[in-house]
Parts: sequence; C-alpha cells; structure tokens
Amino acid sequence: MYEEMVTARHYEERLQEEYLEGKQPAFDISAGPIPGELHLAAGHEASGAGVCAHLRDDDTVTAPHRPHHVAISKGVDLKRMTAEIFGRQTGLSKGKGGHMHLYDPDVNFACSGIIAQGCPPAVGAAMAAKKRNTDAVAVAFLGEGAVSQGAFLESLNLAAVQNLPVVFVIEDNDWAISMPKERVTDVEDASQRADGFEVHGERVDVDDAVAVYEAAGEAIGRARDGNGPTVLEVQLHRRMGHFMGDPEAYRPDEDVEAAHERDSIERMERHLEDHGLGDEDLEEIRERAHERVEEAIEWAKDQPQPDPEEAYEDVFTDELEGWPERPDKELAAADGGEE
Amino acid sequence: MAQADVPDPETIDRELTMSRGMVEAIAHELRESEDVFVMGEDVADYGGIFDSTQGLLEDFGHDRIMDVPISETGFIGAGVGAAMQGMRPIVELMFADFFGVAMDQIYNNMAKNAYMSGGSVSVPMVFMTAVGGTYNDAAQHSQTLYGTFAHLPGMKVVVPSTAYDAKGLMHAAIRDDDPVVYMFHKRLMGLAWMPAPDGPKTGVPEEDYEIEFGEADVKREGDDVTIVTLGLHVHRALEAAADLAEDGIDAEVIDLRTLVPLDTETVLESVRKTGKLVVVDEDYHSYGVSGELVARATEGALDELEAVRRVTMPDVPIPYARPLENEVLPDAGDVEAAVRSIHE
Ligand SMILES: Cc1ncc(C[n+]2csc(CCOP(=O)(O)OP(=O)(O)O)c2C)c(N)n1
Repeated sequence: MYEEMVTARHYEERLQEEYLEGKQPAFDISAGPIPGELHLAAGHEASGAGVCAHLRDDDTVTAPHRPHHVAISKGVDLKRMTAEIFGRQTGLSKGKGGHMHLYDPDVNFACSGIIAQGCPPAVGAAMAAKKRNTDAVAVAFLGEGAVSQGAFLESLNLAAVQNLPVVFVIEDNDWAISMPKERVTDVEDASQRADGFEVHGERVDVDDAVAVYEAAGEAIGRARDGNGPTVLEVQLHRRMGHFMGDPEAYRPDEDVEAAHERDSIERMERHLEDHGLGDEDLEEIRERAHERVEEAIEWAKDQPQPDPEEAYEDVFTDELEGWPERPDKELAAADGGEE
Repeated sequence: MAQADVPDPETIDRELTMSRGMVEAIAHELRESEDVFVMGEDVADYGGIFDSTQGLLEDFGHDRIMDVPISETGFIGAGVGAAMQGMRPIVELMFADFFGVAMDQIYNNMAKNAYMSGGSVSVPMVFMTAVGGTYNDAAQHSQTLYGTFAHLPGMKVVVPSTAYDAKGLMHAAIRDDDPVVYMFHKRLMGLAWMPAPDGPKTGVPEEDYEIEFGEADVKREGDDVTIVTLGLHVHRALEAAADLAEDGIDAEVIDLRTLVPLDTETVLESVRKTGKLVVVDEDYHSYGVSGELVARATEGALDELEAVRRVTMPDVPIPYARPLENEVLPDAGDVEAAVRSIHE
C-alpha cells in the first residue's frame, strides 16, 4: 500500500511539472506537452490504496475526474496510462480519451468526467457479476460534492433493492471546486445517507490508509459474500487546486496549510516505522516507486502522436455503410456524380 | 443587421472582453430588478469557471449570486419553478456537455411548460452554458451542441461572438418572457488562461441596450460567396475571408447570433446575391445547424443557389490528443478550402 501511495504522489508531482512545462510564465491551457485539463489527486492516496488492496483484476472500479491514484492502485498499466495522458497513440485509449477517460479492461477500470456518473455503471458491473454467479464486486469512487447528484442516490437505491455487490467510496476532501462542504450539505457525514436506504454506511475520519484498508475490507467482504452494498466515506485532503491552473482564490490559506499538515503518506510512514520498518526500507520503496514513475513518463514521451486519420476510427465497432463520419468524403462522392 | 438606435461598436472607445460584456448586462439587470438572481456551480466565490459571473458576488452577495450543490436536475429545475413564479433566474450549467444529467428539467419543463399550459404560464429564465473545444478537453467537455438545443421547441437559443453582442443579447435574454439558452464559447471569453482570437474584444457602450433576437449580423460584406456561421467560427470565417480577399474572392460573413429565432431572410438575401453558400458550425455534421441552414437556403433560394458546402465537426466524439482534435475541429483553413472548392 505504501508503495502505491508514494507511486501515486510522485506521479502527480511529476505530471504537474510536465503539465506546467510550456505553460509558463503565462498559463495557456492549450500549450505544453500534456493536453487539456488536469485534475491531480495529491492528498487522496489513502483511499485508492486502502480500497484497491482488496480488489482483484475481475473486480470493477469506476473512477471520477480525479482518477490517477485509484488507477495506480487498481493496477492499470502505468505506462499506457501515462501515454494516454500525454495524448499518444499507444495510450490506453489511443489518445482519444485523455486523463479523465481512462479505460483498462484488463483490470476492469473505467472513468467518467461527469460528476457521479460512474455510479450507475458500477451497479451494472455488480449486476453482471451477480447474474453470472461470480463473487466479483464493483467499487464506484466519487467526491463528497458528487453525493448531491441523482445518479449516486439512484444507484445506491438500485444496489440496495437488488442486494448488489457494490461499494460506493466517497472521497471527502472538503471541497468541490470552490464550494466548501458545509455550503452544499447539511449532513456532516455523507455515509449517513446510507441509512435512508437501509444500507451499511461508514466513515473513516482521518486520511489513514490503514483505517481505510480495514473499513474497505469489511465493505468489500460484505459485498463478496452477497450481503449487499456499502457506502464508505473517507476523509482526505486536496493538496493542490481543483485543476492545474486553479488559482484557489476562494480557499483560505489555513485550509491549504491544514491539507499539507495532515499528510496520509507521512502517517503511513510512521505506521510502518512503528511496525519495524527502517528508514532504509522506506527509502528503498520510494526509490522503486520513483523509478517506475520516471520510466513510465520517459516511455510515454517517446511514444508517437496519433495519426489524424485515427480520429475517425472506433466510433462504432464496425465501419458503417452510409455514415458520413467524414464530410469531405461525402463531398468527394457528390462532386464525382456531377461530372 | 445592427439596430439603428444603438451605437456601432467601432465608434466606442471602451473595449471589453466578452465575459465583461455579459457580466455588465447581468449586473445592470440585477440592479434593476429584485427578481433577477444568478444560480449555478462556482458562480459566486469563483466567479464562474469561465468568468461568466466574475465580480458579481462582491456587489450582490450570496443571496443573489447563489452557489449550489452539484445537482443540475435540482437547481435547473428550481430555476424553472422560480421563473414560473415570475422571478427571472439566470441559471448556469458549467459545460453544455453536462446537460444530460438535467435534460428532463430543460426539455420537459423549461421548454414546454408555456405550451403545455396553453400559454397560462411562462418561464422567463436564462439558461447559460459554456460550449466549444480548441483546448483538448476531450469528448465530455468540448462539445458545442447548438443543434441539440435549437432542435427542441420552446427555447430561444442565443450565441454571441463579440463583447458588444454578448452584452446586448444578455440584456434581451434576461428581459425576455421565454426561456433563453445563452451559449457562450469558452475561447471567446477573454480568459487569461485561454487566449481569445482577435475579434471578440470590442467596443461596448456603458449604457444598457438590447440586440433583438432573430437579427443576424453581416460581419463582412462580399459579393462572391456567403459564409454563414456563429460563435467562435465567426472569427475563423473572418480570418478566412481576409485571406480569400487577397486572391480576389469576396466573401460575405453572416453571424447568425440567434438560432431560435433564425434570421432566414438575411441569409437568403445574401445567397441570392452570391449564389454560393458555405455553412460553418463547430457542432456535429449530421442533423444539425448546418443541415438546417442548407435546407432553408434550398427552400427559399433554390433558383439562385449554385453551390453549397458545409464545414462542420464530423460525426465523431471529440478526441483528446492534439493531432486528433485538430483533425476534426474546423479551422480557418477548412473554411477557406470550402470556399475555394466552390469558387471558380
Ligand atoms: C454533472 C457535472 N456537473 C459539474 C461538473 C463540473 N465539476 C467537475 S469536478 C467538480 C467538483 C467535484 O467535487 P467532488 O465531487 O467533491 O470531487 P473533488 O473534485 O473534490 O475530488 C465539478 C462541479 C461535472 N464534471 N459534471
């Protein structure tokens, strides 16, 4: 778990550096080596690592717009994921998806950039597992801001009435872009929402990966044993802006400081030291993680850009007759007719 | 055509970005009437992700500039309900791409309540939303979707391309008794982190003024070919027209400004003059704005029409990587090529 956490943290720090290259001094979102928006998850590592430690490749995970730490812990191919973030041809989605839309069917990982919209597909994956009599489970990750969405509540209800093996993991980092939690909900503990559906709800109050691991173990065990869904809420912290380039003018300095003080990685290090791991052991893990990240980034940057023609592939599984995906093709035909 | 009683933007010294033009109109209407309020995600403390409400919180406070939970069905529908009580909400959906989670409120309530009530209720709300790509934000954050909203009856649809138009259209939208969908292109707003092309920053009068819906603006006059477009692509078309002019091809550029109502007459007049029509649209190719314009031109000026071309987003979800997005997004070069292909 510790190794995954430091891998995720270092990965985010390196992506930040790469992202900002070419965007300085004046930040222009359309410049630099990494395209589009980038939502980093530094401060969220405890939930990805603690939950996914219980998951197998045949268990499904759906992630929201801030997916990297979850993807790393779920075992998504780091090199191809990085190539995708750099928009390269050999990326997970051949450069079509981008960082909010990572798909790795080998480990049953998928994303959606639309808030809470990973919840219904997670329910569907659980449904499939139940129909096929396997003991696979599904986990939907979402932010505390996302619990206001109908899609979450509808999914929770559906999972409850059908007793499906789903765990909803709410990553509570106190903020939804500029909206502090207390302004969007009167319920302090989002796991309480589970009560209204007679579903098990639980909250881990500190960003402690070991506590998350224990709570997630119970929740996932319950799901695997056919005992239905759980809402598991985890307190985390957002160490960076909502997206890269977010000036965070709305956020009090104390809050940023507090987020940096409560560091789940340092907490994990203390825990491991208490259990007999020495500085050298930790350093060795860190080095291994850093190497893996560097390797993935170097590999990704060496990958070819997609060929523009590829933009027209993959819309359907087969080529469709009479589907004018390319207006100029259609035109060529029309001109031909005239002559 | 620009109205006679409002000043020409070129004669005004004070230039604003498009977002400032919009915000100025909203602020004016907030001062005029207590019934006006703004509601959306990150509209207050953040000032709108695309600066569409920048600075309003300071003057009007959280009661009138309301941040809401991420619950589009809830707050867009609440906008409908408040509007049916005679208030004039301005409700923002952060990206047009997110309409799906709230489409029932938009389409079955906002758009249809006036009709279904036999005209006994109205829904005077402004539903504003950001559209468009050009910065590699991929398939869920880059769509334009003009056609989707214009296709559904019951909503007026407004798409400004300059600060001057943005302000005048916003005044008109807030004062309108019907629901108005106000779609602004991110690339035109004048954001520090997403440079705008030359053009959207224009002279804007201090005072309030309305740009009437259903009046297209001829942004460049020309005799050889008619280019009809809207939003960001007005500027791309003007760029293409400038290049074409060097080769003696004189393009007329029409900015539709509103899709519902649509100023068919201005388009037909121009097509009757030039005989050639190019429609440019950042929205998908099939079943959308470009097809509608071609159909209207065919119905209204078949005899004069010699050639037609469409420059659009092909029917593919918008890809992320730069070479792929560049391939599908129409640019000035594509407009120029389309014009040349029908101009001999
Ligand atoms: C339906 C929908 N509405 C709005 C957005 C814009 N949006 C993206 S992230 C975000 C905040 C999410 O907050 P939270 O769920 O707490 O997750 P966090 O970003 O804090 O990890 C918003 C409003 C969106 N992507 N989808």
